[in-house]
Amino acid sequence: MSEVSKTAGAPGEVVPAQRSGTEDTFLSVRDLRIHFQTDDGLVKSVDGVSFDVKPGETLGVVGESGSGKSVTSLGILGLHRAAPNARISGEVWLDGEELIGADPDHVRRLRGQKMSMIFQDPLSAMHPYYTVGAQIVEAYRVHNKVTKKAARTRAIEMLDRVGIPEPGKRVDSYPHEFSGGMRQRAMIAMALVNNPQLLIADEPTTALDVTVQAQILDLIRDLQKEFGSAVIMITHDLGVVAEMADKLLVMYGGRCVERGTAEQVFYEPQHPYTWGLLGSMPRIDRDQTERLIPVKGSPPSLINVPDGCAFNPRCPYADIPKDDITRTTRPELTETGNGHFSACHMAQEERTRIWTEEIAPKL
Amino acid sequence: MAAYFIRRVFGAVLLLLIVSAVTFAIFFLVPRLAGQTMDQLAAQYVGKDANPDSVAAVKKNLGLDQPLYIQYWDFIRQIVVGADYQFGPETTRCDAPCFGYSFRRHVEVWPQIVARVPITFSLAIGAAVIWLVSGVATGVVSALKRGSFLDRFFMSVALAGVSLPIFFTGMLALTTLTVQWPIWSDGINYVPFTENPGEWAWNLLVPWCSLAFLYSALYARLTRAGMLETMGEDFIRTARAKGLKESQVIGKHGLRAALTPIVTIFGMDFGLLLGGAVITETVFSFDGMGKYAIKSVQDNDLPIVMGVTLTAAFFIVFCNLLVDLVYAAIDPRVRYS
Repeated sequence: MSEVSKTAGAPGEVVPAQRSGTEDTFLSVRDLRIHFQTDDGLVKSVDGVSFDVKPGETLGVVGESGSGKSVTSLGILGLHRAAPNARISGEVWLDGEELIGADPDHVRRLRGQKMSMIFQDPLSAMHPYYTVGAQIVEAYRVHNKVTKKAARTRAIEMLDRVGIPEPGKRVDSYPHEFSGGMRQRAMIAMALVNNPQLLIADEPTTALDVTVQAQILDLIRDLQKEFGSAVIMITHDLGVVAEMADKLLVMYGGRCVERGTAEQVFYEPQHPYTWGLLGSMPRIDRDQTERLIPVKGSPPSLINVPDGCAFNPRCPYADIPKDDITRTTRPELTETGNGHFSACHMAQEERTRIWTEEIAPKL
Repeated sequence: MAAYFIRRVFGAVLLLLIVSAVTFAIFFLVPRLAGQTMDQLAAQYVGKDANPDSVAAVKKNLGLDQPLYIQYWDFIRQIVVGADYQFGPETTRCDAPCFGYSFRRHVEVWPQIVARVPITFSLAIGAAVIWLVSGVATGVVSALKRGSFLDRFFMSVALAGVSLPIFFTGMLALTTLTVQWPIWSDGINYVPFTENPGEWAWNLLVPWCSLAFLYSALYARLTRAGMLETMGEDFIRTARAKGLKESQVIGKHGLRAALTPIVTIFGMDFGLLLGGAVITETVFSFDGMGKYAIKSVQDNDLPIVMGVTLTAAFFIVFCNLLVDLVYAAIDPRVRYS
């Protein structure tokens, strides 16, 4: 069983003044840490992440593979409990309820009902032996005491709602008989069958081709408007978040390095890693002969996260702050603008100067 | 689904024909290639008091003087329509399905096999139930409690089960339970199910357990490996994300997917056993297919060896056919490919 403990006053991060679960926030994550004990050492998949999501709002979580995006979402749903070697601490407030210390069976009841999730690869995420309809019916009947017939009617209604043609017929098809886009629609139908107030989408378009991607994103946006749900969109595709997100969270090495509104993060980014992400994004309005600027090096091992700032071995500006502080001290997430947080040792004026003079003109 | 079924049945029949041709060739073509004359082959059928006349008669009677393909054709034909054997003045009718006539024992092959199949079947079916239930159950528990004491204990027992041969465990059980602590004080004897079902089960219990010990060990390891793999699949995560209870996640989503390879292996193992559980039958002195096969090989009784081989082949092909059909019922993806 996972070891549940609550540590308050996390080192390395200033907890925003706003109190958890109050006012209009629907989901509030405070200093979430998810570590896995392995034979090779302690894997710090998520190491102190905090954020809030309001109803009807979309939070985009971006970062490289292995930056802790997916583990964060599984932690919110309480799915890490399946791993016997997981250690979790921090707080997850959902609609005024704390989930990390809560009874696992209570969290199970919330899963699929109040909060649900759609996954990256709908082919492997759906059970190959059951019909699409049966899987949606199952998701509905876990949380609603209804007859099979009523649940089936509901499943057909949902398939129709997500734009699957002939839903009365397709309800009896197996996942492998659907196309990739159709499968993801069915997956969305399954996730939304109980009208959840929080929807976590873990790279929902990565396995799909580009034309279908846009349709799926439109669908999620429409459904969000209709149901007023809060959405967490996990992706490494900045194009997707640019289109969808109200707020952004940039993750690196299991930590949050920058957080703010989409405008703030896209137009006044304060962290060198965010600059790197923006610089490595291909843009259609740019001259083809111009090279993309990659972030040099590879993502850190989550067992041996570099001391100090996790990004320091790859950061071109690591030597600017004095006394080697980037290699010795973990930078705290500090507010640089209205609700705009970033974790960097460089002075804010210095960063603003580098961004406006050196980075922005090249993008 | 119907087309799939017909295709599979057709394939199974074809496979049996090939098996029969190969078996036939092994027994009739290979000796010929090795330089054995048809007279020598015929002499084997006559027995000890072979004189040239009776050898010639048998040779003609069995069609050994005919070309090989005619012999094979006759062999197949007599299975379907039966055959007549002549011994001097009298004619013996061998009704279809006629798998030949043992000149050594002066019996038709088929009724001998028919008499022994129920014994082997009784042995196999009970053992199969025991090993499936115990093997799959321990495998699932081991997988879910991976690394725990229970897992290590089960896997150690399983290792012992795989390593210990049946002539050891069977003998041990037999001597312990009939001599040392004589629970089965009259020894263990086969009683037909139709005669007394209670006695049937009681007498078979020890052979069942001895045989099942070996197999359940194997199935426990297979199930454990399958469950470990399946429980890491994405659809298990989806099932949990839906809010299903862990018991439903394991039973309905995990085990169902993990069982498919078990079904395949089970079909083969069970088919193989129906062809004769040689060692178990020998240890417990059950006059089943396996013991009969060994005996007829030792006696060089060719028609019986042929008959037993084909029956065993039939069971294996038949069980595999069943597995394919069950598989299609379990995994919808199989039906269309």
